[in-house]
Amino acid sequence: MKTVRMSIIGFGAVGQGVARVLIDKKEYLEAVGLDFRVVAIADSRTAAIDKNGVDLTAILYRKQTEGIVGPEKVTGLEIIKEIDHELVIETTPTDIVTGGAGLENMLMAFKHGRDVVTSNKGPLAMKYAELMEAADEGDSRFRFEATVGGAMPVLNLAKDALAGNTITNVEGIFNGTCNYILSRMMEEHAPYDQMLAEAQELGFAETDPTYDVEGIDTACKMVILANCIFGMNATHEDVTVTGITKITPEALLLAQNDGYVIKLIGEVNDSMINVGPKLVPVDHPLAVGGSLNVASLQTDLSGPVTVTGRGAGSIETASAILSDMISIYRE
Amino acid sequence: MRVSMDIELKDIPGQLLLALKPVSEFKGNLISVVHHHEKRTPRGTIPVQIVFETKPENLNNIISKLEESDIGIARIDEKRYFEHGAVILIGHIVHTDIQDTIDTIDNTGYAEVVDLNLSMPKINTPSSASLKIDAVSKAHLESAIELLKDIASKKDLLVVEPIKSELGVI
Ligand SMILES: NC(=O)c1ccc[n+]([C@@H]2O[C@H](COP(=O)([O-])OP(=O)(O)OC[C@H]3O[C@@H](n4cnc5c(N)ncnc54)[C@H](OP(=O)(O)O)[C@@H]3O)[C@@H](O)[C@H]2O)c1
Repeated sequence: MKTVRMSIIGFGAVGQGVARVLIDKKEYLEAVGLDFRVVAIADSRTAAIDKNGVDLTAILYRKQTEGIVGPEKVTGLEIIKEIDHELVIETTPTDIVTGGAGLENMLMAFKHGRDVVTSNKGPLAMKYAELMEAADEGDSRFRFEATVGGAMPVLNLAKDALAGNTITNVEGIFNGTCNYILSRMMEEHAPYDQMLAEAQELGFAETDPTYDVEGIDTACKMVILANCIFGMNATHEDVTVTGITKITPEALLLAQNDGYVIKLIGEVNDSMINVGPKLVPVDHPLAVGGSLNVASLQTDLSGPVTVTGRGAGSIETASAILSDMISIYRE
Repeated sequence: MRVSMDIELKDIPGQLLLALKPVSEFKGNLISVVHHHEKRTPRGTIPVQIVFETKPENLNNIISKLEESDIGIARIDEKRYFEHGAVILIGHIVHTDIQDTIDTIDNTGYAEVVDLNLSMPKINTPSSASLKIDAVSKAHLESAIELLKDIASKKDLLVVEPIKSELGVI
C-alpha cells in the first residue's frame, strides 16, 4: 500500500466532491494499492489539520452545518508551505484576472516539490508556461483534466489513450450552462432572457452568468487545450470570443428548418483558438442536448474521436480529479 | 470551377501526359483521371475522363492547347457550384442593407446567395435570417463565409456559420 499525504485547498462544490469520492472509493483505492490520506483541508477562512488524516465525514458535516471546515485559522497557502505532504488538490475559485489564490497556491506547491491536481482553470489560462516551468523545477507532477470538460476526459484522452496520434483539431461544447440555455430556447421557442432565468432558477447558471454566457469559460478551456495539446503559450486574451446572448429564438428556428442546431462551439488547432455560436447538423455527434458537454478530436491515425459527458457538477468534477490522482501514483 | 472532360487519346505512348500538361500549365488542379485502357471508341481511340479545378478564365486556354495537341474532346461538363452552405445572420439585417450584403457575395464570381429566409419578430428588435450559399469548392465556400463575416462585423451583425468539420476543411 502506498500512502499519499494530501491537502484539499478550497472546500466548495468540487473540494467537497473530492472528499466524498475518497470516502466512497476507499475500498477501490485500497484494492489498487493507494491510501490517500488527507492531512489538511482549507476553505477561505478556516482549516482542519491532522497529520494522521482528518475525519472527512465530520468535516463535510461541519462545512454543511457551520459553513467552515475547522478550528484552525491557517490559510491554504500556509498549509502548502508548512505541512509535510505530497499532493495538493487545488479547488479554489477561478480568477482570470490575476490567477487568484489558485496561482499562488500552485506555485507554492511546486516550490516545495509537491504534486498538484486541480480543477481551477484561472491560473492555467493565465500563466501556463510559468506554471509548467515551476512544476518542472519542483520535480512535481501537475494534472488538470477537471479544468477542461469536468467528467468528460479530453486532456488524458489526447495524451494517454490517443498517444501516438497527432491531434489536428479539437472542437466541441465545453459549457453546460450555454448548452442548456440554447437547447431550452429551441425547445420552447423562447427568448434568451427567459431561458437564462430558468437556468438560474434550476442552478444551471450563476447569478452573474457573464463568465459562462459570454464564452469566457469556454475560452479559458480552449486556451488550456491549445497549450497542453498544441504546445502553444496562449492566454485567454488570444481567443476570439462571441457569446450566446444575441441568439434569437427565430435564428434557432431558421437553423432547425435547415437541419441545424446552434451551439456555443469552442475550437482550437495549432493556428487559432475560437469560441462562438455555430451551426451543427442535427445528426452530427456534436449535436448533444441539455447541459451535456462534448468534444471531438481530429486525429491523424484514428480520424475523429468524440466523447460526451457531464462538464460540471461536484461529483463529476471530483471524478476527473480522482482519475488524475490515481494515474499519478499508480505504479 | 470544376470541370469534367471526356477526352480521346490515340493508342500511342505519351498521350496521357500530353493531355494532362495543359491543365497543370494553366495552374489547374487535377482531381481525377479515369483511364479505360481496355476500351476503345468506334474511332479506335482510348476514352479518358479527367476532372480538374481551374479558374474560369483559363478553361479556354486549356481547351485550345488540347486541340493543338490533337487530342479529341468528346464532352465538357463544367459545374460551377459544387458546394452548398448555410449561415444564419442575426441583427438589424434589413436596416443595414441586405441587398448590399448579398451582392458582395454574388460579385465574387465563385459564390452565390441562392436562398434567403428572413424572420423579423418586432420592429426595432434584431431580426434573424438564414442564407444559403453555393460555391465552386469547399475553399471558396469558406472564403465566401469569411467575406460575409467581414461585412457583418462592419454592420454589427452576428454570423453563425457551420462548424469546421461540416465545412469539410479539417
Ligand atoms: N463546480 C463545478 O462543477 C466545476 C467544474 C469544473 C471546474 N470547476 C472549478 O473548480 C474550482 C472550484 O469550484 P467550486 O464549484 O467548488 O467553487 P466553490 O463552490 O465556489 O468553492 C470554492 C472554495 O474555495 C474556497 N476558497 C476561496 N478562496 C480561498 C483561498 N484563498 N484559500 C482557500 N480556499 C479558498 C471557498 O471557501 P468558502 O467555502 O469559505 O467560501 C470554497 O470552499 C473553480 O476554480 C471552478 O472553476 C468547477
